[in-house]
Amino acid sequence: MWDYSEKVKEHFYNPHNAGAVEDANAVGEVGSLSCGDALLLTLKVEPETNTIIAAGFQTFGCTSAIASSSALTDIIKGMSLDQALTVSNQDIADYLDGLPPEKMHCSVMGREALQAAIANYRGEKWQNDHEEGALICKCFAVDAVMIEQTIRDNNLRTVEDVSNYTKAGGGCSSCHEGIEEILTKVLAEQGESFNPEAVAGEKPKPKPKLTNLQRIKLIEKLLEDIRPNLQRDRGDVELIEVNGKYIYLKMTGACAGCQMAATTLGGIQQHLVEGLGEFVRVLLPIEELQRRAAMRA
Amino acid sequence: MSEGIYLDNNATTMVAPEVVDTMLPFLTEQFGNPSSIHQFGNKVGHALKQARKQVQNLLGAEYESEIIFTSCGTESDSTAILSAIKSQPQRKEIITTVVEHPAILSVCEQLKKEGYTIHYLRVDKKGRLDMNKYERLLSDNVALVSVMWANNETGTLFPVTEMAEMANSAGVLFHTDAVQVIGKLPINLKETCIDMLSLSGHKLHAPKGVGALYLRRGVRFRPLLRGGHQERGRRAGTENSASIVALGKACEMAAESLAYEKTTVKALRDKLEHGILSQVSHCFVTGDPSNRLPHTTNIAFEYIEGEAILFLLNKLGIAASSGSACTSGSLEPSHVMKAMDIPFTAAHGSIRFSLSRYNTPEEIDKVIEAVPPIVAQLRKLSPYWSGTSPVEKEQAFAPSYA
Ligand SMILES: Cc1ncc(COP(=O)(O)O)c(C=O)c1O
Repeated sequence: MWDYSEKVKEHFYNPHNAGAVEDANAVGEVGSLSCGDALLLTLKVEPETNTIIAAGFQTFGCTSAIASSSALTDIIKGMSLDQALTVSNQDIADYLDGLPPEKMHCSVMGREALQAAIANYRGEKWQNDHEEGALICKCFAVDAVMIEQTIRDNNLRTVEDVSNYTKAGGGCSSCHEGIEEILTKVLAEQGESFNPEAVAGEKPKPKPKLTNLQRIKLIEKLLEDIRPNLQRDRGDVELIEVNGKYIYLKMTGACAGCQMAATTLGGIQQHLVEGLGEFVRVLLPIEELQRRAAMRA
Repeated sequence: MSEGIYLDNNATTMVAPEVVDTMLPFLTEQFGNPSSIHQFGNKVGHALKQARKQVQNLLGAEYESEIIFTSCGTESDSTAILSAIKSQPQRKEIITTVVEHPAILSVCEQLKKEGYTIHYLRVDKKGRLDMNKYERLLSDNVALVSVMWANNETGTLFPVTEMAEMANSAGVLFHTDAVQVIGKLPINLKETCIDMLSLSGHKLHAPKGVGALYLRRGVRFRPLLRGGHQERGRRAGTENSASIVALGKACEMAAESLAYEKTTVKALRDKLEHGILSQVSHCFVTGDPSNRLPHTTNIAFEYIEGEAILFLLNKLGIAASSGSACTSGSLEPSHVMKAMDIPFTAAHGSIRFSLSRYNTPEEIDKVIEAVPPIVAQLRKLSPYWSGTSPVEKEQAFAPSYA
């Protein structure tokens, strides 16, 4: 059974805005055949102000698809159409206190239904460009289609390349065999073969070597960049220790124990990797992990 | 069962209390290594011998040395397939079915990459195989036929004894993954042409992490794990004695309850199925209802999604499972439902109820009462549903699909 937040359960057990809106003037219908979710979103838009005054959903889908639909309709009610279009999947997930990474795709559908409904209201045609394949990387919820396209678009050759570009494989590393298979397939189409010994290419060139102090200062600065994002979600991060390529951080406030902490850490790692121009691994100190384990138990 | 109603016995079963009692001494005072000469080892050695006899009896195997203890059903499956290809290097084809458990399918997919030809027998809408097609595939190039005895999702039975005879006449080895059948239906291996058979302890009230492979005497074999002489050199590694003793006891108990499974458990299953079908519209039993395990029913509830159903059932303490994509962690709907061509609006809403001899009529009554309101609640949210029936054809919900 999935580890859903209380908020997800609440919205699932007692969904808000379920059912079609009476005399709706914007309708969005989307579905994903493979994952078996489908959503019908109806909106009532006030033409004078272009404001959404009512929103209703009907969803064929799992617990988090239903909860995400309910959250989406809550979020967009009262928004202008342009405002509503800026609502991201992450906003929906945040509203629900996080979704398990495997379930992030359920919030994708809500956003697409919204785009479709607004296009419908404006008399435009909406193209569903979202394609989804089998889930490969479970740490960062990256699917096969995404990996395949990124390999093609950027001529990637190694698993490390793929992790640098998509994050896939940058976590627990269990999916490396799956990534190698996709590399093998795509490279074969180009008449090349996958070479497991190849070193990652196109990595940012290492900058002139920093002293230890300079490097730590740079890490601090890079963390400063991200801090506002975390603080917006009532969280924060603290640098504890730097040991070669291992960077130990402590998550505080709402980030500690947050469901999405793994994703957040991944994001921080990505940012540090890019900023430092070298591969580093972001870790939580052991006590932090123990505390989390205890909280879960 | 103290808390909740457990109807997910095809996933795993509770360990029978008698089985726990039997195995516990082998975790405490009976800790010896069965290979040792001294008294500590000797007693354990005798216990393993008895366990082997108990498994042999349940399977109706001719010799006790035909039983090889393994660590799980998956290991038995891998051992069988890899042994067949290694012992017959000139044969480069395997015949199996599209609805096998991943323990078979993943190994076959890997072998395909290594150059083997895998023939996947397809199934019809009721999950049945085409015997003519099968017969035409049998040839001297085939290293192994591996066909499950009963499907874990639907309970549908395959005619493995006949298929084994056909393979035998063609001079082809036959393996069956019987993980779901053992302890549910009587079998008598010595009267069949089955060469290898896999079973798993945790599906018949023994603990997890123990299984067995039946290997007919005289069948060429290559071990998966090499090392010490345990299991006559066919599966090295110091024996998991407590679990093996437990598996033996569980097999003995299963042999004694076969009649109960076929009558009482089956009656409970039928009652559950009838109770649901008679109250809920637009749902149907998947697989072949006339030819299946006595304790399994898989019901597809149209226009709603399985994980949501399970979540609401779980809130009431009822445990079942689903072929929905969202429960698999892979975002793929069940390959078994797909293979039977079940429309996706039904496949995603398929729920498997699998009973055991520990379920009671009161529990079944509670489930029959619980299901209809859950289905109604979710259908109220479904875009495919309106009022008390599916949305009319002309105005049917037709989203643009990715
Ligand atoms: C048909 C079938 N084969 C194999 C297995 C795997 O058995 P085990 O979990 O013991 O490896 C299972 C159980 O999930 C099964 O249902």
